[in-house]
Amino acid sequence: MARNKEALILLLDVGPSMHGVLQEVKNICSTLVHKKLVYNRSDEVGIVLFGTKETSNELAKELGGYKHVTVAHDIKVIDEETAHALQNLQCGTVPGDFKVLDAVVVGLDMLIRKFGDTKGRRRLCLITGAQHPLRDPPEGTKEDQVDTIADQMKKHDIKMECIVFRERGIHYSTVMEENDRLLYQFRDRSVAKVVQVDSPTSILGALRTRNVLPVTVFRGDLEVSSNLKIKVWVYKKTSEEKFPTLKKYSDEAPPSDKSATHEVKIDYEYKSVVEPDKVVPPDQRIKGYLYGPQVVPISSAEWEAVKFKPEKGVKLLGFTDRSSVLRHHFMKDVCSFIPEPGNTRAALAISSIARAMQQMNKVAIVRCVWKQGQGNVSFGVLTPNISPVNNVVDSFYFNVLPFAEDIREFNFWSFGSLPSSSQPTEEQQEATDNLVKMLDLAPAGREVLKPDFTPNPVLERFYSYLSLKAKQPDANVPPLDGCLRRITEPDPKIIDHRAPFIQNLGKSFELKDNPKKKKARTQDRLAYTDADDQAKSVQEPSVEKDEILAVLYPQTENVGEIGDLNPVKDFEAMLAKRSSSTWVQKAMEEMQKYTTALLQNSREGDNYQKALECIVALRKACIIEQEPNEFNQFLTKIYERLKNGDVADFFQLLSLKNISLISKEEAPDSDVTEEMARTFYLKQEAASQ
Amino acid sequence: MDLDPEGLFRDDSDEDDDNAQEREKNKEMVVYLVDASPKMFTPATTKADEEQETHFHTIVNCILQSLKTQIIGKSHDEVAICFFNTKEKKNLQDLAGVYVYNVGDREPLDRPTARLIKDFSSIEDSFMSNIGSRYGITAGSRENTLYNALWVAQALLRKGSAKTIEKRIVIFTNEDDPFGAIKGAAKTDMIRTTIQRAKDAQDLGLSIELLPLSRPDEEFKMSLFYADLIGLEGDDIVEYLPVAGERLGEMTNQLRKRLMKKRRVKTLSFAITNDVCIEVNTYALIRPTTPGTITWLDSISNLPLKTERSFICNDTGALLQDPQKRFQMYNDTTVKFSVRELSEVKRVSSHHLRLLGFKPLDCLKDYHNLRPSTFIYPSDENIFGSTRVFVALHSSMLRLGRFALAFYGNPTRAQLVALVAQEEVISSGRQDEPPGMHMIYLPYSDDIRCPEEVHVTSDDAPRATDEQIKKASNLLKRIDLMDFSICNFANPALQRHYGILEALALGEDEMPDIKDETLPDEAGMARPAVVKAIEEFKASVYGENYDQEEAEAAAAKASRGEASKKRKAITDAASQKSAAYDWAELADNGKLKDMTVVELKSYLTAHGLPVSGKKEALISRILTHLGK
Repeated sequence: MARNKEALILLLDVGPSMHGVLQEVKNICSTLVHKKLVYNRSDEVGIVLFGTKETSNELAKELGGYKHVTVAHDIKVIDEETAHALQNLQCGTVPGDFKVLDAVVVGLDMLIRKFGDTKGRRRLCLITGAQHPLRDPPEGTKEDQVDTIADQMKKHDIKMECIVFRERGIHYSTVMEENDRLLYQFRDRSVAKVVQVDSPTSILGALRTRNVLPVTVFRGDLEVSSNLKIKVWVYKKTSEEKFPTLKKYSDEAPPSDKSATHEVKIDYEYKSVVEPDKVVPPDQRIKGYLYGPQVVPISSAEWEAVKFKPEKGVKLLGFTDRSSVLRHHFMKDVCSFIPEPGNTRAALAISSIARAMQQMNKVAIVRCVWKQGQGNVSFGVLTPNISPVNNVVDSFYFNVLPFAEDIREFNFWSFGSLPSSSQPTEEQQEATDNLVKMLDLAPAGREVLKPDFTPNPVLERFYSYLSLKAKQPDANVPPLDGCLRRITEPDPKIIDHRAPFIQNLGKSFELKDNPKKKKARTQDRLAYTDADDQAKSVQEPSVEKDEILAVLYPQTENVGEIGDLNPVKDFEAMLAKRSSSTWVQKAMEEMQKYTTALLQNSREGDNYQKALECIVALRKACIIEQEPNEFNQFLTKIYERLKNGDVADFFQLLSLKNISLISKEEAPDSDVTEEMARTFYLKQEAASQ
Repeated sequence: MDLDPEGLFRDDSDEDDDNAQEREKNKEMVVYLVDASPKMFTPATTKADEEQETHFHTIVNCILQSLKTQIIGKSHDEVAICFFNTKEKKNLQDLAGVYVYNVGDREPLDRPTARLIKDFSSIEDSFMSNIGSRYGITAGSRENTLYNALWVAQALLRKGSAKTIEKRIVIFTNEDDPFGAIKGAAKTDMIRTTIQRAKDAQDLGLSIELLPLSRPDEEFKMSLFYADLIGLEGDDIVEYLPVAGERLGEMTNQLRKRLMKKRRVKTLSFAITNDVCIEVNTYALIRPTTPGTITWLDSISNLPLKTERSFICNDTGALLQDPQKRFQMYNDTTVKFSVRELSEVKRVSSHHLRLLGFKPLDCLKDYHNLRPSTFIYPSDENIFGSTRVFVALHSSMLRLGRFALAFYGNPTRAQLVALVAQEEVISSGRQDEPPGMHMIYLPYSDDIRCPEEVHVTSDDAPRATDEQIKKASNLLKRIDLMDFSICNFANPALQRHYGILEALALGEDEMPDIKDETLPDEAGMARPAVVKAIEEFKASVYGENYDQEEAEAAAAKASRGEASKKRKAITDAASQKSAAYDWAELADNGKLKDMTVVELKSYLTAHGLPVSGKKEALISRILTHLGK
C-alpha cells in the first residue's frame, strides 16, 4: 500500500480564461478524489488556486510576492473535506495565467515543506489556459526560472502534469506561444508531461484519475535470430479500467453491531448427479473434457506432464506487408515494446527497425512467451511507434493476432447480389455521401472525441453517484453530465448546423416496421427506452434543450393541470412530461390562465408572491422553449388589462425585480430589444399618462 | 432503373427465398458408402518400389481422419459408415451386398464416438473374415448392390427434417463402370433404376457426392455412369475429377478446429440520425477458441458433478437468498446500491448504437484496441429498408476512406466503437472477407497508458541514422514472410490439447507430436543472404565488438552479481531470524497461528519456499515442509 502512496497537488487556474470550463475542472478533480477515496485511502492531496483575487500562501507570508495564489486546501490525507473544497471553487477575477510559475513554486514548496527529502511519489497537476503573459522574474530570464524550478523538481523527484485548455479556433498569440514553449521546457527537462485540449469533454479525459504503477509484462530479448537479440521491456499500452465489482451486501447483522462487515460469503458445494445428498470435497474433483458424447477425465498431474510447454522468449518470425495483417484481427489489449531503459544500442536497434518498417510500410510477426511455464503462446504483430517527442524513445506496439482456429468462416451475401429493393439509388447514395462528409469529427488539424482524451462516462457517473450516495443514501441516479453526453450522443451543435443534410437522409430513405413482427416486441428489443422516450427523441432534435429541461423539470407522474397548491411545480411537471410538443403549448396556456386568475382574484396583494413565482417560471420556460413572443404577448396583454386596476402595484414589484419582456439577447427569436425590455414599464406608463 | 423499389410486386415465394438466405442448416448427417469390391483391395500403384497401398486403405484412413476432426469440430453431426459389394449383409432392409458398420449401442446413424473411431481404425485386420468382399453386380445375377446401397443410405437418412439438417451421401469407389460386367436389356434396366433411385433421394433433399479414386494407369471415367448418377452435365464433368481429388486430400488433412455454426450474437438498433434508425445483426467472426467446456467429475466414480452455490452472511452465518444489494467502501463508509441503481448508472444511452460522426481511417491508431472485433451485417427482419441504408452508408464510407465513430450502449460495458467498412474479398471462389462493418472497441483515456514515457530522461532519445535505417530495410527485405496469412498458424497449445484428448480417449499409448507452426523458420534464417543482412545490421547498430563486450559485461555481472548478493543477504537474514524459533515444537503445539506473517515468512524464505498467499496458506506450507 505504502509503496503506491502518492502526494498530489492540484494547481488550478481559476482566472477568467478558465471560467467556461471551471465546472469540468471541478468534476475531473472530484473524480480523482473520489477514486482515491475508494482505492488509495492514504494518498495526500492539496489544492492551490491561482488567479484568485486574494492571496493566501506560506511563501507570500514569509517572502512577500506570490500574489493571487491561494492555498484552498492544505496537503493532507484525503477525506470528504477535500472533495468539498473542490466543489466550492470560486471563480477568480485576475487573469491567472501569468501566475503559473508562482503557483508551481508554491505547490513545490508545499511538497518540500511537508515531505523534505523522504522518498515517495509526488506529483503536481497543473490545469491552466496559459493565455496571458508570464511575469518576468526578479532576476534572470523566464527560461532560467523554469530551469531552476525543474532542477528543484528533479532533486526531489517530483513530476508534473500540465493540462492546457484552449478553446477551439482561438487565435494563437505570441504570448501563448511563449507560454507553451516554457511549459514544454519542463517536458524537455523530463519533469513534466504537457497535453493540450480544446473541449470541456476532453478536459475530463486529460487527467489520469487513477494511478497504476507500470509493471512489465516481459523483460528480455527480442530475438531476431540466434545471433541478433534486442533487449526490450514490454508494458501494457491499453488495459480496460473495469467498473468496480461491488460486494454483495447482507443486512442480517443487527444495526447495533458496529463491527459488522455486511459481507456475503459464497459457498460452493459439489454433488454427484447420481447421489444428490453426497458432497464431494473440492480436491476430489477432476477435470473432464468432452470427446464426442464421451467425457474424458484428465487429472491435473497427468495434464501437467503432457501439456504444451513453450520456452520463454520473444522470437521474430519475419516481416510482411502491412496490408496482409487486417486491422479487425487485433484480438486483445495492446502492449508496447520499449528498448531496455538506458541501453542506447537497444534503443538504436528498435529505432532503426521501426523507422525502416514505417518507410517500407511493413510490420513484424512475432511469437511471444512472456513467462516460463506459460501454457500457450501469443502470436502477434509489431507495428512501429515513431516518437514525435525528442526525449521519448521509438518503440513498437504489439497486437495479438488470431490463430487459424479462432477465425470462423461465415458466409454473407455480397451486397451486389442483394435484391434491388436493398440497393440504394443514386440519390440515396448521394445523401449518405453527404452525411459522411458533413458529420466530420476530424476537420483539419484537430480531432473530436479522441480516445486518448475521452473519459469513460459510466465510471465518471458512478464515482460522482458514489460520493453523492455517501452523503444521501437514498439519492437517485443523477442524469448524465452535459459534457459526458457529448460522448454518448452526437453534438447538437453539429447536428443543427448540418440539419438540411441530415433531414435529407431521413427523406431519402423509407424505413418501415415489419408488420408481421409484433411491434411491441420489436421496440422492446431494439431500444432500451420505452415507446414514450422514443417518440421524444424523434420529436426533439435538439438534445441539449432536452437535457436542460430534464435537469430543470424532473419527470413526475399525474400531471395535467395546474393546481392551487403548488402551481410552479405542476407547470414544470407538465413541461417535463413532453411526450408531445402539444404539452408545452398546453402548459403555457394553463399557466397564463392561472396567473391571470390569481391576479384578478387578488385582495390587497395576498397573491402577489405566488403570481410572481408563476411569472418567473413562465418566463424561464419561454426562454428555454424558444417561445419569447408567447411570454411577451402575455405580459403586454395582462399589463394593459390590469395596470390601472387594483393590482397595478404588482407591476411595480415586477419592475423592481427586473422581470420584463424577454429581449433578443436572451432568446434570438424575440423581436424586443434590450432597451425596449428595460423601459417596458416606464414607456407604458408614459404612454398611458 | 429500379422497377420495383418497394418490392410491392414480389410475391410470397420470392420472400421465402429471402428467408432461405438467412436460414442456415445447423446440423449435418452423412452416410459414407464405401465400395468393398475386390478391385478396391488391389494395390493402387503399379510401381514396385512404392509401398503397396490399396484404395480401400486410403479410404479407411480418410474416413478415420475425418471422424477424428469431426468429433472435435462438429461432434453433434451424425455419421454412418456403410460398405457395399460385401459378402455379408447387415442392414434393416436385409438387402444383399450391403453392410452397415457400427459399434456398441450406437445407432447406425449417430454422433461419432471414441469407440467407433478406435474400432474402425483396425477394421482392415478383420474385414475379410467378418464382412468379406465380392463383386456385386455380375452377369447372370439379378442383384444390384449399388442400388441397394443407395436405398439403405436413403433409409438411414430418413430421420430429421431436410430443412434444418444437411443430409449427404458420399460414395467412395474406384470402379467407373459398375455395370460393365452385364450386357443388354438387363444392363439398361439396372442403370435406369439406379439413376432413378438416386434422383428420388435427391428430390428428398439428400445430396449425393462421389469421391472417385483413379489408378495411375487408367483415369476414372465420369462419363461412363456416375456423371448421370450425381447429375453432372457438360463442362462440370471434366472439372469434377480434380476437385474431388482435392476434397479427398482435404478430408485427410483437415485442421482440428471447433466449427461454429453461423449465429447472430445480437440484433441492434443503429441510430444514424434522430429519425433514421436501422436494424443490424452482430456476429462474432473472430474469438479466441478455448479447449472446450470443462465438466467436473468425481475422481473416484468419474461421474459428473453439479455445483451448488449458497450465500452466507459473514456476520451471522445465516443462509441468504441471492442478495439484491451491493456495497462499496468509500471514505471508510459503506455505500449501498441496489442492483437496479447500478444498472441504471451503466445505462447511459437510449440506443444500442448511436452514430456520432466520421473520421479518416488514420485516426484509428494501432493501440486503439481492447477486445476482438465484432462483425455487423444489416437485417430487414424488423425494420424494412435497413439493408438499403446500410449498403449506401457502407459504400460511402469505403469511397471516402472514413470510419464511423459510434457509441455502443451495451449495458455491460458502454463504449465508443469504430465501425470500419469492410469490402467483400473473394479469392478462388471462397469468400475470404464478408462485406459489412467491423466494430472495433475503442479504449477510453482511463484505459490508455503511456509506458513510453516511464523512463524519459532529459537527454534526447537515441535515433537511428539513415545508414542504420538502410541496413534495417535490407534486413526487412531479407526476412520477408511471403504470402503471410494468419490462417497458416494453428494454435500449438490447442492442437496439443486435442491431440492429448484424442490419445486418452482412444487409449493410445503414445502422446502425439504436434508441430508448432509459430516457431521461426530456422533454416530460412540460416540462409547466407539473411545471415549477412543480420551481420551488417548488427555491425551498423551495435558496433563491431558488440558480442565481445556483451560477453565481458555478462562475465562481470556474474562475478559481481549485485542482485544475487542481495538475495543471499535476505536469505541469510531470514535464516538467522528463523533459527530463533523451534518450528517443530511450535507446529506441534499449534502455536504457528499465533506468529506474525513476517515471522512465518522468515521460515519460508530460509527454506526457499514460496512466500505468497494468506496466513493459513503459509502455515499449511510450513506444516507440509516439516512433514506434519
